[in-house]
Amino acid sequence: MKLEAHNLNAFYGRAQILFDVGLKADTGEVVALIGRNGAGKSTTFKSLVGLVTARTGQLVFNGTDISGLPVHDIVRLGLGYVPEDRRIFTDLTVEENLDVGTQPARAGAPSWTKERLFELFPNLAGMRNRGAGRMSGGEQQMLTIARSLMGNPSLIMLDEPSEGLAPKIVEDMANAILTMKDQGLAVLISEQNLHFAKMISDRAYIIEKGRICFDGTMAELSNNDEVRNTYLAV
Amino acid sequence: MSFLFIQFLNGLASASSLFLVASGLSIIFGVSRIVNFAHGSFYMLGAYMAFTLVHKLSGGTIFGFWGGVVLAAAAVAVVGALVEMILLRRIYQAPELLQLLATFGLVLIVQDLVLTIWGPEDLLGPRAPGLRGAIDIFGQSFPQYDFVLIILGPVVLGLLWLLFHRTRWGTLIRAATQDREMVAALGVNQSWLFTSVFTLGAFLAGLGGAVQLPREAVNHVMDLQIITEAFVIVVIGGLGSVLGAFLAAVIIGELNAFGILIFPQLTLVLTFLVMAVILVVRPWGLLGKPEGVVRGGAGAERPIKPLSPTGRNATVALLVALLALPMISGNYGLSVASEVLIYTLFAASLHFMMGTGGMVSFGHAAYFGLGSYGAALTVKYFGVPMLAALVAGPAVAGIAALVFGWFCVRLSGVYLAMLTLAFAQIAYAVVFQWSSFTGGDNGLIGIWPAPWAASPTAFYYLSLLLCGGGIVAVRRITFAPFGYTLRACRDSALRADSIGIDLARHRWYGFTLAGFFAGIAGSLYAFLKGSVFPDTISIATSVDALVMVLLGGVQTLAGPIVGAATYKILHVSISSYTDQWRTALGVIIIVLVVAFPMGIVGFIQNRLLRSGRVEDAA
Ligand SMILES: Nc1ncnc2c1ncn2[C@@H]1O[C@H](COP(=O)(O)OP(=O)(O)OP(=O)(O)O)[C@@H](O)[C@H]1O
Ligand SMILES: [Mg+2]
Repeated sequence: MKLEAHNLNAFYGRAQILFDVGLKADTGEVVALIGRNGAGKSTTFKSLVGLVTARTGQLVFNGTDISGLPVHDIVRLGLGYVPEDRRIFTDLTVEENLDVGTQPARAGAPSWTKERLFELFPNLAGMRNRGAGRMSGGEQQMLTIARSLMGNPSLIMLDEPSEGLAPKIVEDMANAILTMKDQGLAVLISEQNLHFAKMISDRAYIIEKGRICFDGTMAELSNNDEVRNTYLAV
Repeated sequence: MSFLFIQFLNGLASASSLFLVASGLSIIFGVSRIVNFAHGSFYMLGAYMAFTLVHKLSGGTIFGFWGGVVLAAAAVAVVGALVEMILLRRIYQAPELLQLLATFGLVLIVQDLVLTIWGPEDLLGPRAPGLRGAIDIFGQSFPQYDFVLIILGPVVLGLLWLLFHRTRWGTLIRAATQDREMVAALGVNQSWLFTSVFTLGAFLAGLGGAVQLPREAVNHVMDLQIITEAFVIVVIGGLGSVLGAFLAAVIIGELNAFGILIFPQLTLVLTFLVMAVILVVRPWGLLGKPEGVVRGGAGAERPIKPLSPTGRNATVALLVALLALPMISGNYGLSVASEVLIYTLFAASLHFMMGTGGMVSFGHAAYFGLGSYGAALTVKYFGVPMLAALVAGPAVAGIAALVFGWFCVRLSGVYLAMLTLAFAQIAYAVVFQWSSFTGGDNGLIGIWPAPWAASPTAFYYLSLLLCGGGIVAVRRITFAPFGYTLRACRDSALRADSIGIDLARHRWYGFTLAGFFAGIAGSLYAFLKGSVFPDTISIATSVDALVMVLLGGVQTLAGPIVGAATYKILHVSISSYTDQWRTALGVIIIVLVVAFPMGIVGFIQNRLLRSGRVEDAA
């Protein structure tokens, strides 16, 4: 298993947000973490990558216990993280944004160059030297993913990658994610949108009020009306 | 005409050194969000080290001189790196102001260090070999060395630009200036980044000090002089902007060069006036950006609560003890106690502005000092009795706060703090330089209390009455509707604005009230000491107040009381044991900041909360 979390509890101050969350993701699969607003998706990702430090539980990435490591060490082990609010460096150019993410190639993970990323996200290719502040939301979403890929991760976590994108771009995004999977990445995405998750995911977890309440394949989820209606009804 | 041109060149030459210091300060702030008060100390260390190294190496050779200058800057860089690794790294998670406080602790330590190693006398450095002569420009002579300085500034600017735009390190620094947490989330080790930035900043400051060697005498008060100027430049240029720092350094350099022709007495005032005007027009400086939400800062603040029963009992017990003090204490003890009371009110007024109003002041001494002078001057010139002077002093302070506050409340955060410092320095400069009216450096003496309050016991009770009353009044205001509105403005400017609260007006009133209460403390202080000196308005006094508030903890009402008492008592007791009181105080401040990042009272509250014994003790 690439990534395994058991009994993950996370806190903001004195408020507990995650309760015994457990999840796994392996190479060559796309796993979706699905939940409503405020369910705890982002908190789960942040706890895994070490941005939320007030956490307990066993977190094993690539056979290494990462629960006590600082963020940059976890990322350097090959766990890529793409935040939902993108957090592009708007004072830098597109290419410079990619430079910040650059890490040495890693055994057991696909290795990326700027050229390969411009193939994956053709929209970016024409704006290498453009200030990243002057990009559309969809372009920024691609840039933030490309930036993390420059670190040559073996697993990438994408927090709501389809949020706020036009239908055409959503499709491009789905294809890009499937390409990453084919390259041998483990992909963990979070979504509110079952439709998008269905397009690309092999397995799914549903999170509600900080607890995992469904764990199965995407097909099982599609066939389980009860779960869908209870947790995902709009 | 040619004279004006020479003056212009003079301005450029001094701008270079200012730029070196200010750019370092700006870069450090950009990445680490630390306002490094010790940056002036790095500058001073650079000058002293260059003095020693140039003497050791030189023998009058060009290589010896410049080698000494560069080595001095490198030595300061090493000091900077050590400071970052040993001290700052422990406090990045602490509130910004405590970081400021810790760097101020360093200022104190370096001051003593310099006095111990190099002594109190001004030191004259050698002229630069090969550049001792002057060049003839339109019939006026201009030192060769100053030409080198004029070139040095733009050269360093260019090198910095290359460093920031042509190296990976520079890209990382620019990214971290915007969102350092995201940089970490891309696998970059921040501590290494922070150490390198701090080292570079210290190097620049050290270099700025070292190249001054042939131009001016090295002395042990250079640190606070330059830090004020560097703050002004960084704020005018825009925090984090190197080019902005350069432009601002040229503006200030020229302003000094020409200001001295027009108002020789008031160059300082001129500088700060320009800064005030620029900040009102461009609240984020010439090339700065609006301060966004700083990522990865400290968590939410605990709300201030009214006194709990435990707190009330403690207050009553304290009051009884204070009332009984004259029975057990001698005269000296009573006058120390009066001083502690005065400082407590002073701290409480600043706390009101910071904690309740959310406006941090680096220049609160202005109102304390103007209160003192207001009282002293009315006694001196109108011969009014003490009680009238005790009204006049706070009135003067309140009016000053009303005027200065009108400008300040338009800004926020570090910019607001800098503007308060600017106004305090203007007040200081006026008092210092208008010696026919204020006595200047000699101060005003013979400001004794009325006969009925002359005994230490009587004066102590008077202080207790006025300061205790003042503190109660401040608390009352905090929990009155006005106080709640003020806190709403502090917590969410946007929301307060949208429900129709006039933000600026409330903050303005809050600012004025804080100045008024500081003025009460200042007036009493004049009578306690029997004299007033410009020191009461100096940066050192402003910092005293900040230290007291921060030591106690900003988010607790008991904080300033505990902080002021702790600080004053430490001060008095340390100075009676050792000459090196600055070092001792500096070390204590640093230890306290590292040990209690929430302030003393905040720490105790957290302890109590965690053990679940008391709901809220303060
Ligand atoms: N910094 C914070 N401090 C305190 N509570 C927070 C913080 N961030 C999130 N929360 C709370 O934690 C809970 C989970 O938030 P989280 O951001 O993980 O949800 P989410 O599933 O990502 O939601 P969304 O779909 O809106 O992004 C929410 O109740 C939220 O209010
Ligand atoms: Mg989220």
